[in-house]
Amino acid sequence: MSSLILRTATRYIQPILVLFSVFLLLAGHNEPGGGFAGGLVAAAAYTLYAIAYGVEEARRLLYVSPQGLAGAGLLAAAGSGIPSLLYGKPFMTGLWHEGDVPGFGEIAVGTPLLFDVGVYLAVIGVTLSIVLNLAEEE
Amino acid sequence: MLIAVLSGFALALIAPSLHRLTHKRTGFLVGLLPLGLCVYFVRLASGLDADVAPVRETLAWVPSLGLSLSFTADGLSLLFAALISGIGFLVAIYSGGYLDNHPQLGRWYAYLLMFMASMLGVVLSSNLLAIFVFWELTSISSYLLIGFFHEEEDSRKAALQALLVTGLGGVAMLAGFVLLGRVGGSFEVHELAAGAGLIRGDPLYLPMLLLILAGAFTKSAQFPFHVWLPSAMAAPTPASAYLHSSTMVKAGIFLLARLFPVLGGTPAWTAVVMPVGAITMVFGAYVAMRQNILKKLLAYSTVSALGAMTMLLGMGTDGAVKAAVAFLFAHALYKAALFLAAGIIDHETGERDVRRLGGLARALPITAAGAAAAGLSMAGIPLLFGFVAKEIFYEAALHGPDGWAAALTTAAVVSSMFFVAAAACVAYRPFFGAATETPKRPHEAPASMWLGPALLGAGSLAFGVFPGWIGEGLLNHSASAALGKSVDLHLRLWHGFTPVLGLSAVTLLGGVAAYAVRPRFTAALATVHRGCDAIGPQRWYDGALNGMLVVAKLQTKVLQNGYLRHYLAVILITLVGLSGSVLLTHVKEIRKHVIDSLVIAWETVEFYELGLAVILIIAIAAAVHSRTRLAAIAALGVVGYGVALVFVLFGAPDLAMTQIVIETLTVILFVLVFYHLPPFAIYANRISRARDLLLATSVGVVMGVLTLVATATQAYPTISSYYGEMSYDLAHGRNVVNVILVDFRALDTMGEITVLTVAGVGAFALLKLRLGARSRGDEEGSS
Repeated sequence: MSSLILRTATRYIQPILVLFSVFLLLAGHNEPGGGFAGGLVAAAAYTLYAIAYGVEEARRLLYVSPQGLAGAGLLAAAGSGIPSLLYGKPFMTGLWHEGDVPGFGEIAVGTPLLFDVGVYLAVIGVTLSIVLNLAEEE
Repeated sequence: MLIAVLSGFALALIAPSLHRLTHKRTGFLVGLLPLGLCVYFVRLASGLDADVAPVRETLAWVPSLGLSLSFTADGLSLLFAALISGIGFLVAIYSGGYLDNHPQLGRWYAYLLMFMASMLGVVLSSNLLAIFVFWELTSISSYLLIGFFHEEEDSRKAALQALLVTGLGGVAMLAGFVLLGRVGGSFEVHELAAGAGLIRGDPLYLPMLLLILAGAFTKSAQFPFHVWLPSAMAAPTPASAYLHSSTMVKAGIFLLARLFPVLGGTPAWTAVVMPVGAITMVFGAYVAMRQNILKKLLAYSTVSALGAMTMLLGMGTDGAVKAAVAFLFAHALYKAALFLAAGIIDHETGERDVRRLGGLARALPITAAGAAAAGLSMAGIPLLFGFVAKEIFYEAALHGPDGWAAALTTAAVVSSMFFVAAAACVAYRPFFGAATETPKRPHEAPASMWLGPALLGAGSLAFGVFPGWIGEGLLNHSASAALGKSVDLHLRLWHGFTPVLGLSAVTLLGGVAAYAVRPRFTAALATVHRGCDAIGPQRWYDGALNGMLVVAKLQTKVLQNGYLRHYLAVILITLVGLSGSVLLTHVKEIRKHVIDSLVIAWETVEFYELGLAVILIIAIAAAVHSRTRLAAIAALGVVGYGVALVFVLFGAPDLAMTQIVIETLTVILFVLVFYHLPPFAIYANRISRARDLLLATSVGVVMGVLTLVATATQAYPTISSYYGEMSYDLAHGRNVVNVILVDFRALDTMGEITVLTVAGVGAFALLKLRLGARSRGDEEGSS
């Protein structure tokens, strides 16, 4: 599809969507959102790009293979359970660190965030590996 | 100890990258870890004291399931751990030479280390569930190692066979463990041992015993489950030496010894374990003796040795358990050495058949010396540790359970005779006598390869001359741990002129005679052997596998015929049938309740909610009646967004957001898929439409009623208030939905994204497969 309007719009919308997906991912712990919704939004962003500019371009923009993303996601999610073992707590116990970051206020970072990042990556990877391959066949 | 176990897994992860950096030196580098571990375990072992409780470390893993990583450093686990890491060190170095130029050597090291770490996990764990986890990991790494030459069909088949046989046993074992944990009230072995009396008296004792034994017997290749072990010789020789002779196959023996204080020594135990072991021992030794391929011969003699250990543990007397431990140590030393030597012969000459080998001692002096020591140990010749072990083996057999002593002693002597003949085949025949023509001109293997046989052979000799070194120490503690009480093990080279010494002399003479008549004997009985093979356990396995495939094909044809509408119909009919029938049994209460809630709903409904419902219904009708695909997709899209609006109206923003994105992606996917479909056509006739309408309506009604009923009945106190209260305090999150997903029930989510990824890989493979088929078709068409 080579619509100038779509291409131009995509150029602005796609980054905003990706940014929004990261926002959803990070905000998810306290506000609506989370890794699953965020991952879907990011996947939609790349799908949009693939529709506007073609699958090849979308793959180039993604930089890594969707399967790799899915694998990395699983690894991150599973890996998030390990740190608690080192503190002598059961596997997958959530560990949190709270601290003041100048300019942001109080921020809590914990292993569940890593887990959510894993979900996010896995969802992007799986969705895109299906969508891009389907689109490629044409 | 946790670090000792996990370090192997960690190194396995980076081994392939390491290999890319260091090439030829990887073997030595990787070997440093097992070497260090071996020193660590030996030091722990030297600190063992009969009066002090063994060191324990516990780390909760999934406490709600009773699963914890708890490690015990008693004699039994340290004996195994030292063997695993020590032989692991030699094998790591050896494989550097053996698989010299193999392009996937890095991967090999990864598998090998993963195996070592899992095996250490099995022997050090004192939690049954953790033992099971590591046990299965050894099965998987064994599968990868056997199938390492994955281009060859034989390797793949053998790997699968090993995995299926040991995996099936593993599942049975897990069931046994669960029973044992239920009855004993714990999964910790030492706690179970404290309540052994109750467990043995429980009516579930026999089932749990049989299930656990199934696991041990399959792993330790007891008759008739032994079939996978000779097939596993398709593995590269270092793996055979490591897994399939000295370590992994002994996991079953280890389990018998570990659980002996809990389950052992009862009449049922003896009645099952002892005969199975004895049959395996005699059968294995006999078959070993008539093999001509070096590795097959060693494999069957391993089966036989495992049988001997099983038999000893089955007898369950103090003497027998001591003998089992000594025999195990002797066997690990000599069998690993012989396997490694067999690998060198194969590597240097390209020949595996003993009948075509001879006179290699001149070309391979160091290997020959190592193999000779190991072979003499296997034959049970004085001054080697195998002799010491065989003496106490005979001693135990002579003092076997009442009425069985004579039979057991005969079995032991006969199989030892075959052992002498087999040892001569491996360690004498290829190295001495007239030299033969071989595919390659032999010369001594590199130091990395002869180091193993040389050190292990020297070990057999050193411990043979001074058996007290290890007998008073580690083996003694090991036997004590297996028996659950302190015992004294005295190993001596010279016992004086006893009946046992006489038996040894008879064995030696018989063995030499058996070696002499072996060629003529096997030739004469060739047809009988072929007949036995034709009805043997390998056929059972083949039959079972084929049967399973037939059943799988049949059920695929019936249930998974590739028609999506049939899948949906099956799922929905099941749902309606099961839930509907339950609802029908309570039809009176439900009718009143449903009518009441509908009336209330009608009174409180807002006009926009009603409007939304009308839109949804119109959209569905449009989807059903549309004459083009695009219209149908659009109509379905309206339904999807409408449902998202419902979520918004009723306070589930997370769901609404996800639903909208999913809906968008689904429409895109539909469009992409439709590109490949044939032109739209309507196949449905009046009957099928009526049927579908009926099904759809009944699903709707059942789900609707179910929802109304479910929201009204409260069988248990709801958990949502707990999540609501605890969400911020425990998990630092105010979005309860997300906190549940990533924290409270993270394991479920983990499972879901795993399934998602697997499904994604499946879809990817299907798409790629079609592409591949099409491009191949193009090539054929064009050529």
